[in-house]
Amino acid sequence: MTKVTMTVNGRAVSGEVEGRTLLSAFLREGLGLTGTHVGCDTSQCGACVVHVDGQPVKSCTVFASDVEGASVTTIEGMANPDGTLGRVQQAFQDHHGLQCGFCTPGMVMSAAALLAENPKPTEADVRHYLEGNICRCTGYHNIVKAVLAASGQDVSGLAAE
Amino acid sequence: MPKDHGIGASVKRREDVRFLMGLGNYTDDMAIAGQAHAVFVRSQVAHGRINKIDTADAAAMPGVLAVLTGEDFKDVGGNPTGWLINSRDGTPMREPKRPALAHGKVRHVGDAYAVVIAETYAQAKEAAEAIVADIEELPAIVDMAAAVADPSNRVHEEIPDNLCYDWGWIEDNRAAVDEAIKNAPHVTTLELVNNRLVPNAMEPRASIGEYFPGTGDYKLTTTSQNPHLTRLLIAAFVLGIPENKLTVVAPDVGGGFGSKIYHYGEEAVVLTAAKKLGRAVRWTAERSESFLSDAHGRDHVTRIELACEKDGTFIAFRTETMANVGAYLSNFATVTPTFLHGTLMAGPYKVPNVYVNVKTVFTNTAPVDAYRGAGRPEATYSLERVIDKMCRELGLDPFEVRRKNFITTDMFPYTTPVGLAYDTGDYHATLDKAMAMADVAGFEARRAASAAKGKLRGMGLSTWIEACGIAPSHLVGILGSRVGLYDAATVRVNATGNISVMTGAHSHGQGHETVFAQIVADKLGVPEASVEIVHGDTSKIPFGMGSYGSRSLAVCGSAVTRAIDKIVAKGKKIAAHMLEAAEEDIAFENGSFTVAGTDKAKTFGEIAFSAYVPHNYPLETLEPGLEETAFYDPANFTYPAGAYICEVEVDADTGKVDVVAFHCADDFGNIMNPMVVEGQVHGGVGQGIGQALCENTVYDENGQLLSGSYMDYAMPRADDVPFYNVDYSCQTPCTHNPLGAKGCGEAGAIGSPPAVVNAVIDALQRGGHSHVTHIDMPVSPARVWAAIQG
Amino acid sequence: MYAFDFEKPKTVAEAVEALSREDAMALGGGQTLIPSLKQHLAAPSALVSLTGIAEMRGVCTGTDGALCVGGATPHAVVATEAAAKYPALAALAGNIGDPAVRNRGTIGGSLANNDPAADYPAAVLGSGATIVTNTRSIAADDFFEGLFTTALEPGEIIVEVRFPIPQRAAYAKFQQPASRFALTGVFVAKTANGVRVAVTGASENGVFRWSEAEAALSADFSAEAIEGVSVPAEGMVGDLHGTPAYRANLVKVMTQRAVRAA
Ligand SMILES: Cc1cc2nc3c(=O)[nH]c(=O)nc-3n(C[C@H](O)[C@H](O)[C@H](O)COP(=O)(O)OP(=O)(O)OC[C@H]3O[C@@H](n4cnc5c(N)ncnc54)[C@H](O)[C@@H]3O)c2cc1C
Ligand code: FES
Ligand code: FES
Repeated sequence: MTKVTMTVNGRAVSGEVEGRTLLSAFLREGLGLTGTHVGCDTSQCGACVVHVDGQPVKSCTVFASDVEGASVTTIEGMANPDGTLGRVQQAFQDHHGLQCGFCTPGMVMSAAALLAENPKPTEADVRHYLEGNICRCTGYHNIVKAVLAASGQDVSGLAAE
Repeated sequence: MPKDHGIGASVKRREDVRFLMGLGNYTDDMAIAGQAHAVFVRSQVAHGRINKIDTADAAAMPGVLAVLTGEDFKDVGGNPTGWLINSRDGTPMREPKRPALAHGKVRHVGDAYAVVIAETYAQAKEAAEAIVADIEELPAIVDMAAAVADPSNRVHEEIPDNLCYDWGWIEDNRAAVDEAIKNAPHVTTLELVNNRLVPNAMEPRASIGEYFPGTGDYKLTTTSQNPHLTRLLIAAFVLGIPENKLTVVAPDVGGGFGSKIYHYGEEAVVLTAAKKLGRAVRWTAERSESFLSDAHGRDHVTRIELACEKDGTFIAFRTETMANVGAYLSNFATVTPTFLHGTLMAGPYKVPNVYVNVKTVFTNTAPVDAYRGAGRPEATYSLERVIDKMCRELGLDPFEVRRKNFITTDMFPYTTPVGLAYDTGDYHATLDKAMAMADVAGFEARRAASAAKGKLRGMGLSTWIEACGIAPSHLVGILGSRVGLYDAATVRVNATGNISVMTGAHSHGQGHETVFAQIVADKLGVPEASVEIVHGDTSKIPFGMGSYGSRSLAVCGSAVTRAIDKIVAKGKKIAAHMLEAAEEDIAFENGSFTVAGTDKAKTFGEIAFSAYVPHNYPLETLEPGLEETAFYDPANFTYPAGAYICEVEVDADTGKVDVVAFHCADDFGNIMNPMVVEGQVHGGVGQGIGQALCENTVYDENGQLLSGSYMDYAMPRADDVPFYNVDYSCQTPCTHNPLGAKGCGEAGAIGSPPAVVNAVIDALQRGGHSHVTHIDMPVSPARVWAAIQG
Repeated sequence: MYAFDFEKPKTVAEAVEALSREDAMALGGGQTLIPSLKQHLAAPSALVSLTGIAEMRGVCTGTDGALCVGGATPHAVVATEAAAKYPALAALAGNIGDPAVRNRGTIGGSLANNDPAADYPAAVLGSGATIVTNTRSIAADDFFEGLFTTALEPGEIIVEVRFPIPQRAAYAKFQQPASRFALTGVFVAKTANGVRVAVTGASENGVFRWSEAEAALSADFSAEAIEGVSVPAEGMVGDLHGTPAYRANLVKVMTQRAVRAA
């Protein structure tokens, strides 16, 4: 066991971890931040996406020790300071961008990262950026719509072609 | 202005807030003091005799608390099947025991034969590798035709031909159908495969068993779509725990799509281990375990014949299907390929004669059961593909052929030759709507534009119907069901006037917490915020059958409505007393009880308070309190229907298909929350496109699962699908439930696959590849390219 | 995962030292190694993370004009920082996996792993790049030795990859529908010394140079020039996602698309 220290959602945290402790496990089991989900064992589903120093990463595919000293943001850190839903979260609720909610934390974290890089993405940009986040419930329609809406674009009457 | 609350309003979902905040409470999120971790040991071979399992080394490893094998469960019950099917000759289906852990033989890759419970997950996992199993490999039975042909090789010793049953529907139609086909002016034949799918709810299955020695109570927290059914199965069949000593909780559940209807052996094992160890025992599937051990879906091989006049008027349909049930019978495995499939083989058409034969076969593969749509997608795919093929053979317009054959609105109620009584519908209306949405007339111009980009464009149609809102208990009882399929709700008006509604239905993405609250608030004239929906905990909810088969609203929603009716009726009695009026003179509207023709009134809250503080109350004739339960048993299925039009572009050089437009015109009867309905259709269509284009479950000849992870099982991603164009303005309300609602949860997955495949064939035909008349799903780039090469 | 020690050195020298321990393994972005550790496919005694070594991260221009990519540089950094100087490489890097994978996965890890369906090997072989390790420089033509095998010795670290800049280049990738690795990907580079064509995803022996196409394109750099050329299906991969014949077809189609895009 070694000690690892990082900032999670603006709060300095530390804990004893093994070399093999994944960031996802440190967040869920070590810190009780169970909003970050684990949906696969081959690093493909994206349910576990968090931000490390502002960049989206799959927390199931990073060792906690490897992000020593980093600043980590999880879904629990995405609300506004007054506790209301943040911009991306609110867009997901407004546009029914979630059903069972399991993929949602990763989707929101990926979407937020996209908008930070590209404030006015096209539909194709959104779909491409979310390539590593699998959702089984929504058929992606309302997720893509929510992300476009969160970027301030008009999404009324969206359909193919 | 669109409504902003109550029935028919797109109320935003209240459950979203916790999910978006990361505050959902899924099974794996729960940490229980003193918990131990279970890791299952699963067969690496598809078929083998277990000679010896040596657990000594594993048991001695650090942190290991217990090792259990099939031997420990051989004297308890097996996991039963909920539906008895009889073969054509009247003999009952073959029903092998399905133990919690494999005993004697392993029958598919992933069949669990032992479990290790340890202090930590890592310790359990390492110890699991130390178990030495002497398993003598037997030849794997993978191909259905071979399974039936070779009696020497058996999945279950007692079943010589690996056949569960040979079912005919309706057997009395058989001779007439044969005759009609023999004499028909035209017969189109199509052999097709309905590809096997892995449901892939994004939350893997997970279970936590607890035992409380002080009271002898058990608790199972599990990823279930129907906690009461799971409790019933464990209590009555598997472990014999008294039903009232077992609580089953299905908390937030991350999607089900059928795969979490069923009771699985892991649930029985964690409960047993929890008692043995006196500690909570938890297990969460790794995704690779889900691929190997969740119940899969579909997997039919079908030959369908369509007999018709030269003008496309249908005369008869005949199908022969082999349905793969896998190694064991999962809980609804026997009904899915039969009554959920054969009864739909008339579609929305006035075809005079239909006969369906289904042979259901055991193989050394994971169990197969209901997956979103369950039987109806298989029926719809067979029908809509063969109709499309017939239109091409006879040079007929696929839209006109549907129109010519549709059951018309003046024909309802309409009894089909496969035994369903459709109550209402308007198939012309949904087809007209879909054609308008799709701008069918403009297709030629779009095709030319695609051609200019070097792409072949095609358009495909599917007009679907399904039977859902499962199901009338009397009818299903006659057909072999071993359970009733009503649902239940309790409406508890609390003394302060707010309301708790306990439902048998379980929400794992459908949004019940919002939609049921809309219904209750609308009917009682109270704010939605004062209504709380409670589901998923057998210690709180009445005995209901849970959510699947697009039944939550049609069946449980009807139970909620009936319970509300009882609340209002009682409220009227209380109001009559308080207002000193006759009960018949009390009206209830907008949350207020009034005396007709006067301004005397009591609010709903005043009545509720009086019910709990009954000082001025008719105690001689009426019990205090304001809580009512209703069980609702539907009189019939509901029959949603619709028309789907898909447009694709095909890259002939690579075979890649892009869905560029998808239009859905559906009839779901009355709509409670349009936003939620759209979401259900989107999700279903997404899964249907997945089935049509990319998802496939492949076992090799040794029974090894080749598509056992997301590296090889192609889940549709955001960039594989377009925006969908969804409409539900054609509404013929269900005639027999109080909400006039039809199920909408499976529609998208039922109607979409044939629309996609028809569009691909259309694109190839128009593109000059007229030799391509069929491609099996998934219509992958490699298959399309190979088909073009001929 | 089996237990192991975790080390995060600051210099290449420290990393080499740490890797000299028996059964120690280098850890790049972990995007391949961590999933295989989860499956118990490897049991290292220690993992030596290379991501903290500043000298191994980033993109720069060498004195000879080559583009130098540090061995621990994530794909996302190459996608942005190489965009001006070597757009074909940047585009390839920007289309590996998904954004989260690109933020962690590194060029050194990808090359050391030499997955037969990985993208970078096509760029490295197609560009005629040089792989610089802690002990030597290895020409791309000598580096890839078949499926998941390379010329690297145990404990050897890819410190840098040097890409000479071609006159024109492009990468065309056809995705495997599930994993989204390359079902077939072709990197085409036109240099002063002729055209190089490197194919990934298709062959049973991993990335390879398609010499017939190189000859045809060196004579006439146009998609039409290889109309009459084809690769035999024999030796191509056949699996759930495509037959050898299908892959052979893709090799040609993707080569033509790369030429058109270059
Ligand atoms: C969801 C997903 C999608 C992906 N899609 C693609 C794709 O489309 N195309 C593609 O090409 N790849 C893809 N990858 C793989 C990805 O690019 C990996 O990042 C890469 O293959 C390995 O790089 P890494 O830095 O993560 O290496 P690691 O996983 O850390 O290591 C891989 C191997 O390389 C060794 N190693 C690491 N760094 C060095 C070094 N500097 N010197 C010597 N040895 C080293 C390690 O010891 C290990 O054996 C995908 C991965 C995932 C998870
Ligand atoms: S859990 Fe991390 S990608 Fe699936
Ligand atoms: S909302 Fe259920 S997986 Fe996306």
